[in-house]
Amino acid sequence: MSQRQVLQVFEQYQRARSQFAQAVADLAARPQSIDTLRSADVVCLLRPLLLDVVPSIRQIAALALGRLADYDVELAEAVVKAGIVPQLIGSLPEENRYYKKAAAFVLRAIAKHSPQLANAIVQYGALYMLVICLEDFDPGVKEGASWALGYIARHNPELSQAVVDAGAVPLLVLCIQEPEIALKRIAASTLSDISKHSPELAQTVVDAGAIAYLAQMIPNPDAKLKRQVLSALSQIAKHSVILAQLVAEAEIFPVVLTCLKNSDDYVKKNGATLIREIAKHTPELSQYVVNSGGVAAVIDCIGSCRGTVRLPGIMTLGYVAAHSENLSMVVIVSKGIPPLCLCLVEEHEDHIKAAAAWALGQIGRHTTEHARHVAVANVLPTLLDIFMDPRSSEDLKTKTKNALENILQKCTYLPALEPLLHEAPLSIMPHIIGQFSKVLPRDSKARRLFVTTGGLKKVQEIKAESGSLLQEYINTINNCYPEEIVRYYSPGYSETLLERVENYQPVL
Amino acid sequence: MAALARLHERLAGLREEAIDEERKAKYKAAVKIQRWFRACRVRAYLRYLSKMAILIQKRWRGYLRRKYFREVVEVENIYFLQIQKTWRGYYVRKNIHNFYALKKYLQGVSVKNEIVRLELQEEAEIKEQEKKMKDLEKKEKEKKYQARKTHYLLSTEQIPGVYNSPSRKSPDPMELLLRQSKPLTHRKQQVKSPFADELYGWPTCKKPPAFVTSLPVLPADRQKPQGPFRDPAEVLQQRYKPVEPTLRVRESMYSSPAKTRELTRREEWRNPIHGKEFLPFSSHHKNYEKYEPSLFKSGKYGQEAYGTKYFREVYPKKWIADKFTTRLYLCGCNLYYNLNN
Repeated sequence: MSQRQVLQVFEQYQRARSQFAQAVADLAARPQSIDTLRSADVVCLLRPLLLDVVPSIRQIAALALGRLADYDVELAEAVVKAGIVPQLIGSLPEENRYYKKAAAFVLRAIAKHSPQLANAIVQYGALYMLVICLEDFDPGVKEGASWALGYIARHNPELSQAVVDAGAVPLLVLCIQEPEIALKRIAASTLSDISKHSPELAQTVVDAGAIAYLAQMIPNPDAKLKRQVLSALSQIAKHSVILAQLVAEAEIFPVVLTCLKNSDDYVKKNGATLIREIAKHTPELSQYVVNSGGVAAVIDCIGSCRGTVRLPGIMTLGYVAAHSENLSMVVIVSKGIPPLCLCLVEEHEDHIKAAAAWALGQIGRHTTEHARHVAVANVLPTLLDIFMDPRSSEDLKTKTKNALENILQKCTYLPALEPLLHEAPLSIMPHIIGQFSKVLPRDSKARRLFVTTGGLKKVQEIKAESGSLLQEYINTINNCYPEEIVRYYSPGYSETLLERVENYQPVL
Repeated sequence: MAALARLHERLAGLREEAIDEERKAKYKAAVKIQRWFRACRVRAYLRYLSKMAILIQKRWRGYLRRKYFREVVEVENIYFLQIQKTWRGYYVRKNIHNFYALKKYLQGVSVKNEIVRLELQEEAEIKEQEKKMKDLEKKEKEKKYQARKTHYLLSTEQIPGVYNSPSRKSPDPMELLLRQSKPLTHRKQQVKSPFADELYGWPTCKKPPAFVTSLPVLPADRQKPQGPFRDPAEVLQQRYKPVEPTLRVRESMYSSPAKTRELTRREEWRNPIHGKEFLPFSSHHKNYEKYEPSLFKSGKYGQEAYGTKYFREVYPKKWIADKFTTRLYLCGCNLYYNLNN
């Protein structure tokens, strides 16, 4: 056997291995063939190919494993159980960029399914290797590594802390500054996943100087990048006042307001979330938001979207109005009540309705002026309807009830209270009657109207326990009118009259 | 006997004295006690007296003050209160719950809101425009590509094309587009090279290294060149002999042993602290290389700059060039005068 023939055997074997790896990789990209692959025990067959002599076969085998693990939790667990992860990680430092990309893909595919799998990967020392990949020059490798780190950090605070301890955050901040858009996106999303769990993690991200770079990227025209950047900033700002102040000082207003007009719905949602997280902490921050014209932009945003996208905007208005009566008046003056009303009526989801009811309650609870504005917009009957609706959830009912109570305690606008009087259940009745009992003793025109609209009649029909607050209010109202009128409107008066007629002995 | 009697008397006297002393001491003690007791009583009485005095004074003073308060202070307080009330109302209404400031603020906020809404509207419109332009451009590009692809539908002299029907007054715009466009060239067939499996690690190399697969063909009617040349076929075969590398040589540049070699080489390059590898290791040259400045260039106050900083010295006053011509002229004039006279 000549040397060439011997070498030919080896060449054939190499070609066969390469073809097998390529074919498995192609099949793994198609979901329908994965079950067949699983039954053919493909993971154990691919495992020795990871240690192959030829680098391209190693790469393709890693790619195939990544695609398999991506598809299904069981396959990911099978990959971990087959002991592939240590091999993958151990050979990373000497390999070229394609292998690193494929290995990062495998780690990401495994980590995305559950915290236990992510924990298993971390225990094999994957974080250290991923950080080494982050230091690589190739942007594709950096993207794969930061994506994997993002998926690991997403699950819970401990894993997030492990990612931070491996020293990933400064490298991620460097990645954000790179010119490639895909890399920026992934780095921003990873920072968002890290900082969302706790204030300390958010502080670590801030200490690495991320806020300035993220704020610079908001005007970027790419919609997906904007989504991630806004989400990252809002996750940082939500934890504490100081962090929110840091974010607000980064000169994001008024750039963020342009994001609220973006054609992409999620950009609008994340922009509104960011404004909400800043405005909710203190009155000063809300004042800052209001002074930059944020309220108008948020109101327009609510008017233009439908569904869950509206929710952060509604909550922003609620938080701003809750801080002080001046801010509440600002919301009213910027025509905030009609969109909230529409939300209550149009939306089908309970939590959005609950948020709108809560926001209206916060607007109307400060003084009689505010309550009057809210009542004039015909909000109270809607709230009552939702409260009485048997299909509303518990949470919605509670929130509507609270909102109604808050508004009613300050409302002296009687034309709006009249229709409520006829329909309200007994739990709301004391508040309504209480308001009437405050206004009627002083206003004679109101007293006249009260009688003509049938309010007095209704009041007489209410049966209240004596000594309760309701009875006191009813007494106060009854004392405003002469006794004959009260008796006239009390129920059963016609019977008493007829009885008197019957018992009357005519005087001849 | 008398002495004894005298002693007896003295003893009795002493005994009496002793008893007397005793009696006196007891008497003194009794006096002391009584004195002390009386003093206590007196003190208690005095204390009682002063307490009563204080009580009376207290009640009297209280009565006086209350009367004063009722008659004077309360009346005054009304006036003070009025001043304070008016001041507090004014202050609060002016500074803390300033109605007009709030009104102005709300107006300002409304104005700002309007501005913001307008600006956002403008920006949205601009974006819309941009998007429309982009879509239009894309459509144009698509049309042009289609025209280039279907260039064969162009009409000729004899046969009018699809878009140039004879019943039309003027040709279709597609026809005009076809006339303007250049035909597309055929797409080159993708040749599957044998090196497609192996992915190359270096970033710029897109093609595999140029291994020649066949011998170059010489033209058939080539004349044999004159001279002691070898047979061209032999030469070409030797020149383009296919490489048969061993398995060791053929292994990729990126296998582990090759990489470790590369790594150690790079480390060696990286590790030295400074770049100068061949510094002299003895101080032998130091003495010879020490610079001694020459006497000509050293002055009282250190070295002169001449010889190192500048090499020319210029004394314009010593120049005679321009003076020389005038003298010559004068001499010439004299000569001429002498010659003529």
